[in-house]
Amino acid sequence: MTVLVLVETDESGASEVSRETLTFARSLGPDLHALVIGDGPAGLVEQLGAYGVSAVHHADGDAYTSYAAAAWAAAVVAACGDASVVMAAGTARGNEVLAHVACRLGAVMAANVVEVESAAASGPLQVSRQVLGGAAMEELRLEGPVAVLTVAGHACDPVEADAPASPVVTPLDVVVADSDLRARVVRTEPGEPDESGSLKSARVVVGAGRGAGSADGFGDLLELTELLDGALGVSRVVTSLGWRPHHEQVGQTGSRVSPDLYVACGISGAIQHWAGMSSSKTILAINNDADAPMVTKAHYAVIGDLHEIVPAINEELRRRRSA
Amino acid sequence: MTNVLVCIKRVPDLGGEITLTADGMSVDDSSLGHTVSPHEECAVELAIQTAKATDGQATVLTLGSSEAVEQLRNALALGCTAAVHVEADAASYGPADVASAIAEVVRTHEAAGTTYDLVLLGNDASDTGDFQVGIRLSYLLDRPVVAGVSTLEVTGDRVTARGQSPDGGTEIYEVPLPAVLTVMEGGIEPRYPSIPGRMKAKKVQIEQAAPTGAPAGSGRLRLKLPPAQASSVTILGEGPEAAGAVVDLIEKLGVLR
Ligand SMILES: Cc1cc2nc3c(=O)[nH]c(=O)nc-3n(C[C@H](O)[C@H](O)[C@H](O)COP(=O)(O)OP(=O)(O)OC[C@H]3O[C@@H](n4cnc5c(N)ncnc54)[C@H](O)[C@@H]3O)c2cc1C
Ligand SMILES: Nc1ncnc2c1ncn2[C@@H]1O[C@H](COP(=O)(O)O)[C@@H](O)[C@H]1O
Repeated sequence: MTVLVLVETDESGASEVSRETLTFARSLGPDLHALVIGDGPAGLVEQLGAYGVSAVHHADGDAYTSYAAAAWAAAVVAACGDASVVMAAGTARGNEVLAHVACRLGAVMAANVVEVESAAASGPLQVSRQVLGGAAMEELRLEGPVAVLTVAGHACDPVEADAPASPVVTPLDVVVADSDLRARVVRTEPGEPDESGSLKSARVVVGAGRGAGSADGFGDLLELTELLDGALGVSRVVTSLGWRPHHEQVGQTGSRVSPDLYVACGISGAIQHWAGMSSSKTILAINNDADAPMVTKAHYAVIGDLHEIVPAINEELRRRRSA
Repeated sequence: MTNVLVCIKRVPDLGGEITLTADGMSVDDSSLGHTVSPHEECAVELAIQTAKATDGQATVLTLGSSEAVEQLRNALALGCTAAVHVEADAASYGPADVASAIAEVVRTHEAAGTTYDLVLLGNDASDTGDFQVGIRLSYLLDRPVVAGVSTLEVTGDRVTARGQSPDGGTEIYEVPLPAVLTVMEGGIEPRYPSIPGRMKAKKVQIEQAAPTGAPAGSGRLRLKLPPAQASSVTILGEGPEAAGAVVDLIEKLGVLR
């Protein structure tokens, strides 16, 4: 079975979630292809080989100097060949491009898949995917000649193949129609500088969720972060509401962290957040709801208002430090 | 004059524990309230603002049971000017079926003289989370589509849409109308309904549309709930009095440098 993976890249190579998707894809079949769009960073091909990719399709040219989902989808379709499964990571780009691909191939698409239930050579692929905001899984049959799916972020670890491959790189000849460029990024504005590197390597992460209350509710949390020489990580609610920058987000569509201590303050513990911090050695939840999943799944918890508890912890830390 | 069609979906308002129906195919929502996703609330707000700014219409559409009229009335109370109810069992509709049914309404209205310059949807529905109805719709209507838009502005025959880029910055699109946009929450604050708004909404005649053709379905085999895990949490205390116990723990873990 040939599986094609649309790979997203960052400065270091294939992004973490794309490497997870390659790992996930490898479990389906021996023939793993990757599609890279635009200039990849140095060493990318070797890295893809280490993940077991035997063929790299490369799309480049004027149509790819700025992002247009339909043009990316045209590249995926061009690279598809006789692949029976097309995959991408469940990122904004991954979900968007593969939805276009599904329309072009007349295929169904399953978003945020976490497991393959059955992949018989004949018969449709059966998968489990997250639905209802992660509160339940849906088992789904993907009818049709090609299965199109995205893999939920951090649903598996990125693991290199036992035997690395030496991928053949093929430049793709993509016919991009004018209509594929009607919706195209014309300008970008930079966000705040990405400091997720220090978040991922921190020994202590102070997590903050909707319970912080507002953009002004982070003072004590930031002080706790500083006292513990840690990093601040937040839930998606916090970044969606614009309280904190995106690079601080922990979870399925944010960073995965595994610190020695994760202090989850005012975070309910939705599965998408949990995906980003479950491998923390010790989890301490501070929440006013004793039944919140974060509390029941944590190792330790304090029940109450974080705006009272966190300042008290800060004071105790300062007191012992000066003693 | 910009005419906007905004598509919303009635979904259960999930609180804590959820239970499934006996056949395991859906959530037992008999004791739950219902809502639309935050993305769709933002889409409704953008539809109302865009239509108002240009003396256009903001039409709200849903495909769902007769109970989904509740969500249409809520959107009317906020300022949508017309509503279309495609009465069908949403659970037996896959994302491609929903897109076809919406496309059918757009085409029928177009034939009757109303064109929609913009169709707005949520980026993903909060129950099925398929991430695709808007994109499928754009293919059926042969219109450009941008996914994950947080704000938009119509100038002449173009729409400027802004959304988040993968690196946390902002991406800006300029797209010719008519276009389809899927909306992501966060760019705009949805308004609350007013009492006069609610009164006015009651009087609006909702257009009933029947989908033609049988849906292909979503391919769902069953839903599964995550297995209940035994909690092994140690409660260190309640309120600020627990600070000492917390710092004891931090010291015991040896994470302080
Ligand atoms: C496709 C997809 C991807 C997603 N990706 C991510 C992701 O990467 N990361 C992520 O975090 N989420 C993600 N989510 C969202 C996720 O489902 C949850 O909605 C989100 O994590 C909830 O954030 P929260 O815990 O801050 O807010 P809520 O769920 O609202 O929880 C707030 C918590 O704070 C507590 N609280 C409130 N006030 C106080 C107070 N004063 N003191 C103490 N406690 C208080 C409440 O009891 C509650 O437990 C994703 C969702 C989807 C559908
Ligand atoms: N039954 C429905 N009726 C109206 N709009 C819908 C329906 N289902 C999905 N949509 C719209 O399509 C968006 C994306 O849904 P989905 O692709 O299923 O995640 C939703 O946010 C809605 O705006």
